[in-house]
Amino acid sequence: MLKKIALVFSLALIVACSSSDDSSQGGTTDTFDRSALLKNLADNIIIPAYQDFGIKLTNLKGSINAFVATPNQNTLDAARKTWLTAYSAWQHLEMYNIGKAEALNQYYYFMNIYPVTVSDIENGVLTGAFDLNTPSYHDAQGFPALDYLLYGLAADDAGIIAKFSTDKNAQGYKDYLTAVINQMDKLTKDVITDWTTVYRDQFVNSSQNTATSSLNKFVNDYIFYYEKGLRANKIGIPAGVFSSTPLPNKVEGYYNQKVSKALSLEALNAVQNVFNGKSFNGSATGASFKTYLDYLETNKEGEKLSMLINNQFDLARTKIQALDSNFSAQINADNSKMTAAYDALQRAVVYLKVDMVQAFNISVDYIDADGD
Amino acid sequence: MNTRFKTYLNTPTSAAPLAVFRIGFGVMMLLSIVRFWWHGWIKTLYVLPKFHFSYYGFEWIKPIGDYTYLIFALCGISAFLVAIGLKYRLAIITFFLSFTYIELMDKTAYLNHYYFISVLSFLMVFLPANAYFSVDNLLKKRTYTSIPKWTIDSIKLLVSIVYIYAGLAKLNSDWLFKAMPLRIWLPSKYDLPFVGVSFMQQEWVHYAMSWSGMLYDLCIPFLLFYKRTRWFAFALVVFFHVFTRVLFPIGMFPYIMIVTALIFFDANFHRRILSVIKILLKPLNINSQTWRAEVYHYTNRKIILPIIAVFFVFQMVFPFRYLLYPDELFWTEEGYRFSWRVMLMEKMGYTTFKIVDAETGHGFLVDNSDFLTPLQEKQMSFQPDFILEYAHYLGDHFKSQGHKNVQVFAESYVALNGRLSQPYINTTTDLYKEKESFRPKRWILPLHDEIKGF
Repeated sequence: MLKKIALVFSLALIVACSSSDDSSQGGTTDTFDRSALLKNLADNIIIPAYQDFGIKLTNLKGSINAFVATPNQNTLDAARKTWLTAYSAWQHLEMYNIGKAEALNQYYYFMNIYPVTVSDIENGVLTGAFDLNTPSYHDAQGFPALDYLLYGLAADDAGIIAKFSTDKNAQGYKDYLTAVINQMDKLTKDVITDWTTVYRDQFVNSSQNTATSSLNKFVNDYIFYYEKGLRANKIGIPAGVFSSTPLPNKVEGYYNQKVSKALSLEALNAVQNVFNGKSFNGSATGASFKTYLDYLETNKEGEKLSMLINNQFDLARTKIQALDSNFSAQINADNSKMTAAYDALQRAVVYLKVDMVQAFNISVDYIDADGD
Repeated sequence: MNTRFKTYLNTPTSAAPLAVFRIGFGVMMLLSIVRFWWHGWIKTLYVLPKFHFSYYGFEWIKPIGDYTYLIFALCGISAFLVAIGLKYRLAIITFFLSFTYIELMDKTAYLNHYYFISVLSFLMVFLPANAYFSVDNLLKKRTYTSIPKWTIDSIKLLVSIVYIYAGLAKLNSDWLFKAMPLRIWLPSKYDLPFVGVSFMQQEWVHYAMSWSGMLYDLCIPFLLFYKRTRWFAFALVVFFHVFTRVLFPIGMFPYIMIVTALIFFDANFHRRILSVIKILLKPLNINSQTWRAEVYHYTNRKIILPIIAVFFVFQMVFPFRYLLYPDELFWTEEGYRFSWRVMLMEKMGYTTFKIVDAETGHGFLVDNSDFLTPLQEKQMSFQPDFILEYAHYLGDHFKSQGHKNVQVFAESYVALNGRLSQPYINTTTDLYKEKESFRPKRWILPLHDEIKGF
C-alpha cells in the first residue's frame, strides 16, 4: 500500500514538475520583448522629447538674454512666447526622473517646483546672495520663477519692464533672471548629454524584474509622476483636495494667468502617449505598457485593462477641457468642476497603481514577503 | 486505549534527534537575526516609522526606539545559547519572549513563518532539548541518553499541522482552477536562467505547480513519517524549498523548513550528525566518559502534558475560525492570519483617507506618505484591520491638531488574484466611529465573485 502511494505520488510529481517535452505544442513562450519596450521609450519618445526641449530651451535662453540686454515690450513678448513653448515641451519630460535626471538630486526640483516663494526671489534680487543649487531655492527657480519674473513683478507690462530697466534693483533682477535660465540650461544639457551618450544603452539593457532595473524604476516613476506631478500638483492641490480650503494661488503658471489648463492637457497627453508607446515625432506606436498589458491579459475575460486606462485618460481630458484656461479663475468661480477633473484623474491612479502593477508583478524588494 | 496511551507516554527514545534539532534551530535563528540586522531592517521596519500597526489586544507591544536593537541582540544571544544548550530553559524562554515581542511590534511585517517560529519555540520551552549533547550536560556532568518519545513526536506533529493546513488552504478554486496567484507571479520571473522565458510563461506550468504544491503540502508529512518513503520525501523537501527560495523573496524560511524536516529521521541518522560535530569539537578535549548517563523523566509531567494538549487543540482549531465570518476570507481577511495560508493571494490596494468636519461637511484628503513608510502603505491598502487602525491614528492626529468634529472616511480599491480592482470600503462609513473587534466588519464591501473551497 505504502509503495503504491509513493509510486502514484512520485508519478504525479514527475508529470507535474519535470516534463518539458510536451510543451512544444499549445504552449506559449515569453514572446514579449521588454527590451523593445525600453527601446521604443528611449529612441522614439524620451530622447526625441529631450532634444525637442533642448532646442526650445536654447531659444528661451536667447530671448531672455535679449530681454536682459534691452528690456522693452518686444523683447518681453518674445521671452514670454519662448517661455510658454519651452514650458509646454517640459510637460513631456517631468516624468522621466531616471538616470541623470535622478542623479542630479531630481532635475525636476530645479525646473518646476511651484508655487514659487516670492520672498526668496526678491531677497536674492536685493542682496545678490543666493545659491540656486541649494534645496531651499528649489521653489525660487525654473519655469515658475520665470513665470513670476516675466509676468508677476508688477501689475502691468510697463511696470515689469521698469523693474529690469529703471528700478534701482534692475541689475539684481537681471542677474537673478540670468542665473535662473543659466541653471536650467546647464542641467538640461547635462541630462541630454547623458541620454545621448551613455545612458541610452544602459536604460535599454536593464529590463530585468528587480527593484533597480530601469523597467521597474520607469514604471514607478511614471506612476509617481501621474499621481503627484499631474494629478495632485496641477489639479488636486489647488482645488483644495488636500487642504481645508482651495488654494487657487498654487496653480501652475499662476502669474501668467492663462496657461494652467494648456499645460495640464499637455502633461496628460504626454502620459497617455507614453502609455500607448506613441512616438514623440509622429503617430506611430510601438511596444509599450499597453502592449505589455495586452500580452499579459490574453486569457482574461472582460474588458481589457489597457482600454479601461485609455478610456479613463480620455474622460479626464474631457473634464479638464471643460475648465477655464486659468485654473485660478475656475477655482474661484466653480471649484466643483476642478474636483470633478481630479476625480477622473484619480480613478486612473487605481488602474495604474493597483491593476497595472499587479499585472506586471513589479518586484519591490522591501523585505521578505511570502505573498500574504 | 487508556493504558496504550499511558504506555506511549512512557515510551523512551534516543535523545539524539532532539539535540540535533535544538542545534539546528538555534543556529538558523541566530543566522536569521544576524541577517535581519545586516539588511538594516531593524531600522527601516521598527525604528524609523512614526506609526506602527499593532495586533488587536497587543497594542502595548511597540518598538522602543533605539533600544529595539537590544531586543534583537537578546533574541540572537538566546538563540546562540539554545544552539549550544547552555542554560537551555532560560534561553528558550527568553528566545520565545523576545522573538514574539519582535513579531508583535508591527503587523506590517507579518509572515507565517515568524508565527511558526514563535509557536515552535513555545513548544520547545516544554521539551528537554538540552538532555543530550549540550553545555548543560558538561556543567552538570550528567547526560540523558533517552527521553520520552512524545517529545520528538510533538515537533513532528506541529510540522505536520503546518504542512497539512497549508495544503488544505490551497484547496480553493483560485489556486486549483485559475492557477492564481502563480499565474501572475511566475511569468514575471522571466529573468531566471534556463526556465525564465520558456517554462515560467507556460500556462500548464502554472497549473502543474499549483497542483503539485498542493499535493506536496498535503502528502509530505506522511511521506516523511514512513521510513520507506523518507529519503524520497526529504529530497522533495529540499527541492521544493530551494525552488521556492529561487522564485520568491522568502528569506530564511526554506532553510528552516529543510532543517526542521530532519526531525523525522531516526536516531542513528542523528547520531551520525552528532559524531561529525564531535570531530569538530575534538580540540576542546571534552571527556564525557565520566558523566552519569540517565533516562530523562519529567518531574512536573502533570502540568506539562495538559499544556501541550491544549496547545495542540488550539493549533488545530484556531485556523478554522474563518468559518465564523460570513464573507469571503481572501477578501475580508477575517481569520486569515495565523492559519498557515501561505502564498495564496496576489492582493494590491489603493486607499485614501478623507478627514471631514462633521458639522460643515468640509474635508481634505491625507497624503499617506506623510505618516507611513512605503511598505506600511502597501500593506495597509488592502487589509481592513490596518485601514481601521490607521483611520483612528489619523483621526487622533488631526483632532490633536485642532480640527473639530473629525470624521474619517476611506476610499479604497483592491484587486485580488488578477481580478479587476473593486471598491473595498464603504465610503460613507465614518471609520473613526468604528471599533476594532473580532466581530465581522460590516463596512467592507462584498467581493463581486466567489472563491470556493477552504
